[in-house]
Amino acid sequence: MNSRIERLRRRSFEARPSISIERAVLETRFYQEHSGKHPLPVLRALCFKYLCEHKTIFIGDDELIVGERGPAPKAVPTFPELTCHSTEDLHILNDREMTSYRVAEEDIRTYEEIVIPYWQGRSMRDRIFRQVPAQWRAAYEAGLFTEFMEQRAPGHTALDGTIYRTGLRDCRERIARRLETLDYLADPTAADQAEQLQAMDIACEAAMIFARRHADLAEKVAADETDRQRRDELMAIAAVCRRVPAERPQTFHEALQMYWFVHLGIITELNGWDAMTPGHLDQHLQPFYDQGLADGSLDRDKAKELLSCLWIKVNNHTAPPKVGVTARESGTYNDFTQINLGGLKTDGSDGVGEVSYIALEVADELHLLQPQPSVHISGRTPERFLKAAARVIRRGYGYPSVFNTDAVIMEQIRVGKTVEDAREGGTSGCIETGAFGKEAYILTGYLNVPKILELTLNDGVDPLSGARVGIATGDPRAFADFDALYAAFVRQLDHIVDLKIRVNNYIERMYAKYSPAPFLSTVIHDCIAKGRDYYDGGPRYNTTYIQCCGIGTVTDSLSALKTHVYDSGTVAMDQLLAALAANFRDHEALRLRLWNRTPFFGNDDDRADDLMRRVYASLFTAIDGRPNTKGGVYHLNMLSTTCHVYFGRMLGATPNGRLANLPESDGTSPSQGADRHGPTAVIKSLSKMDQIRSGGTLLNQRFLPSVLASEKDLDNLGALIRTYFRLGGHHIQFNVVDSATLRQAQQHPDDYRNLLVRVAGYSDYFVDLDRHHQEEIISRTEQELCG
Amino acid sequence: MHHNIPTIFAVKRYALHDGPQIRTTVFLKGCPLSCLWCHNPEGVSPGIEIVALKERCIACGECVIACPQQALAIGPAGSIDRDPARCTACGRCVEICPALAHEATGRRTSVAAVMMEIEKDRPFHDTSGGGVTFSGGEPLLQPDFLLELLQECGRRQIHRTVDTTGFAPTATVLEIAAATDLFLYDLKMMDSARHRRYTGVDNALILANLAALCRADHRVRVRIPLIAGINDGEDDIRAILAFLHDLPGITGIDLLPYHDSGRAKYRKLGMNYPGAALTAPDRNHTTTLLGIIRDAGFQASIGG
Repeated sequence: MNSRIERLRRRSFEARPSISIERAVLETRFYQEHSGKHPLPVLRALCFKYLCEHKTIFIGDDELIVGERGPAPKAVPTFPELTCHSTEDLHILNDREMTSYRVAEEDIRTYEEIVIPYWQGRSMRDRIFRQVPAQWRAAYEAGLFTEFMEQRAPGHTALDGTIYRTGLRDCRERIARRLETLDYLADPTAADQAEQLQAMDIACEAAMIFARRHADLAEKVAADETDRQRRDELMAIAAVCRRVPAERPQTFHEALQMYWFVHLGIITELNGWDAMTPGHLDQHLQPFYDQGLADGSLDRDKAKELLSCLWIKVNNHTAPPKVGVTARESGTYNDFTQINLGGLKTDGSDGVGEVSYIALEVADELHLLQPQPSVHISGRTPERFLKAAARVIRRGYGYPSVFNTDAVIMEQIRVGKTVEDAREGGTSGCIETGAFGKEAYILTGYLNVPKILELTLNDGVDPLSGARVGIATGDPRAFADFDALYAAFVRQLDHIVDLKIRVNNYIERMYAKYSPAPFLSTVIHDCIAKGRDYYDGGPRYNTTYIQCCGIGTVTDSLSALKTHVYDSGTVAMDQLLAALAANFRDHEALRLRLWNRTPFFGNDDDRADDLMRRVYASLFTAIDGRPNTKGGVYHLNMLSTTCHVYFGRMLGATPNGRLANLPESDGTSPSQGADRHGPTAVIKSLSKMDQIRSGGTLLNQRFLPSVLASEKDLDNLGALIRTYFRLGGHHIQFNVVDSATLRQAQQHPDDYRNLLVRVAGYSDYFVDLDRHHQEEIISRTEQELCG
Repeated sequence: MHHNIPTIFAVKRYALHDGPQIRTTVFLKGCPLSCLWCHNPEGVSPGIEIVALKERCIACGECVIACPQQALAIGPAGSIDRDPARCTACGRCVEICPALAHEATGRRTSVAAVMMEIEKDRPFHDTSGGGVTFSGGEPLLQPDFLLELLQECGRRQIHRTVDTTGFAPTATVLEIAAATDLFLYDLKMMDSARHRRYTGVDNALILANLAALCRADHRVRVRIPLIAGINDGEDDIRAILAFLHDLPGITGIDLLPYHDSGRAKYRKLGMNYPGAALTAPDRNHTTTLLGIIRDAGFQASIGG
């Protein structure tokens, strides 16, 4: 990296996250004056415009790509209309040891005087919690599931290539034409559509104003700039900001700034989960790169510098702080912008280009927390690209994660998307499949599947709290056979999924009615054409995901029950229940028998893997195809992010010999330490899951650095990945670090500030993880070589 | 003593350094050599022994009750005592122990059972261009079993590598070679007296077999374990090169620097590690040796 990028990187890396109350104060003022005067979509759009007109504009030294959501890098705004932090929350954020955010005392006072009095009771979170049924609340508090939308807006989306071909001025023209053609006489939704379309128009205008203010500031700074080169740069920035996002970009630089303004607009309007993702950024930029090289306006180094500037911009945007259960299950500064590299073009040809390689180099050299690149491997992807990715994997940052393009496409075709839309789709967040630029694929929360088995073993009662949170399915001692136990498990599962969906559907309507996202709607097909909001079925596809956690733990637990209680009869159910209730205290021999003498998932052993398939099929039946409120349906996802640690804490001892409160298995990975036959056995086990019927699965593998030492090792890693994908796998990711290093990092965190590790569908700084997550990563099986 | 019952001591999947690409390595038990640096001590004896891993034992006493020979007792320190005079290595304790504190150093098996293990990673062999490697121990010590496995793999079009010390009757070596795609052939040193001292056997047969294989047009990759001060002199390597110089069919030479990963195994087996004082040559020196080999016209690498 050149010296500019080095300086920008260092500033971004060293900046400490802080809370900025500017947005909250501006928004409160706006609402105090305007609430009730406009239809809601228009009110939201005008509020967005007000923010774009009044927020502090920042242009930092050395920057080429400009714009910050807050007043400065890593200054994170709050969204009191969704979740209104209390003064106590703000103090905790400031004082807590892990993932803290600096909050000025003065700002906390201002919050107390201006923001809190207005939003308390009005925020989405307050309104949602007023409406949830007691049964839901009991299950939620017992840790059976989480709820994403209680404090951040539904997001989880990515862009297609549209913004590189059409500017917001074109968007406004399309909106105007749509408004003209509304048929108020025949179409009963015409008035509603008009409100949405007017809001979208205002939102476009707002983003254009936001860009113009950057142009103005750049010119102003340039006028005072003594360094000639920097003055020229600032004038160039101003010129770019005068063109995009109003016009379609014409250069590589403009294309990046175009994306960045749209990204900022979306995360300023609302704080949707997983921020925003450019989708196939390499494919989008490739034509601008080719043209720049052809006309001499760009060279490879310049392109790499500009791309590095965008990378650093994303890193400047720390995730909004979480509260409550969500803070317990997810403590990270990462806001999950995932950049897809490789894959296929819409016409089915290979999507890898020179920009794909440049992006891998940028990711490697900067090795920042965000954004996180993923590589997408199809049957057509050249080996050179896979190997280039493997070289970065070897460096041990935990990225790029690796996805199977052909599976991602098939998953989408299964649910009715066109081949072209599926190819332009990919993965965002951790591993979630979606049709970029055309789909709202909303994650609604994690489902604690092992906890559902725990309810089954306790007749619907949560043994940790003694509260009844499930239905009565009978005393497990009375089950005649394994099938009777399994049937009871499925009844509990259906009950919990029903509870979850019932409240999800309610929350979906809340967002559709009370928190539309007009700016986001302008960049997602077919919101303009339908005159409907992103949250209200406006997109071409509308999916709701439930993420199922702990497939390893639940499979192994069922396998233990089947093997020891039912098949061999060597352990009485009563004896097992007593041991679980005692957290295996004084039952160590039994615990070891369960842990060592049970067929476990992840060993290519059909006895366990068949049970995994059975659970997966039950989850699929319980979730897939259930209608949501937007004309779409529910699908399942198999990921846990960091929730397996929280869910584990809410779970007693389990029949696989796992002690109470320890983490569950993560993603679709085997239980930590249960896989004892190496990575190929893990992959074979995983491949028995019909992953095409999911919206994504997540497989973590930890390799010792020595396994990836030579060029030949990299080839073999490539072959391992290709084989998993041939067998239908969706995703795999690697931690390349040894336990000794991680233990060192625990003892000397300051020496290991830069140590990135793969946590879930993302990497995080190891020293920023709390102890539970650190231990969980160390406990994952190290795949090594035999002597 | 168990020559008629096929015996292995491990199957390793995703083996990366035992031949081309991703392999499944099957370790056949029993070895006629006793190399000072052996890192698979459990593979040396042809029989199966049972070892107790005292740190795992929770003194639950289940093995004591289960043992048909009454060979086991919980000692005063709360760990397992085994009476070797009574133990017949029947394996009952291994099967029953919840803590995996009894471990057999090998297992009886069959061609069908081993083939099932190999088939599990077929997709990885296919994608990478890998296959199966028979190692040990010394796989040629169970020639009938090995030959049957190789022929079955041949029928199933699985690439076959045999990792051998070469210490077997020449007729056996050639018979096995007819069903083998690639040999990994260990050469320790040329001097026969030192070879006897460090491995317990003379190297004349080993050298003769290597020459016989090469002359019969078989593909052989030579592997040289490198132990500092024992066989890592430039002269040691040059002597080997001089021998290999006229042999056809050598596809390359791997230098395998000594590592002490076997140390823990000796401890586990309750054996003294005879190679406790051994060290690996330093990296620069190994690179120098690599250069010498390449200069002699051989494809060469460090590690497998």
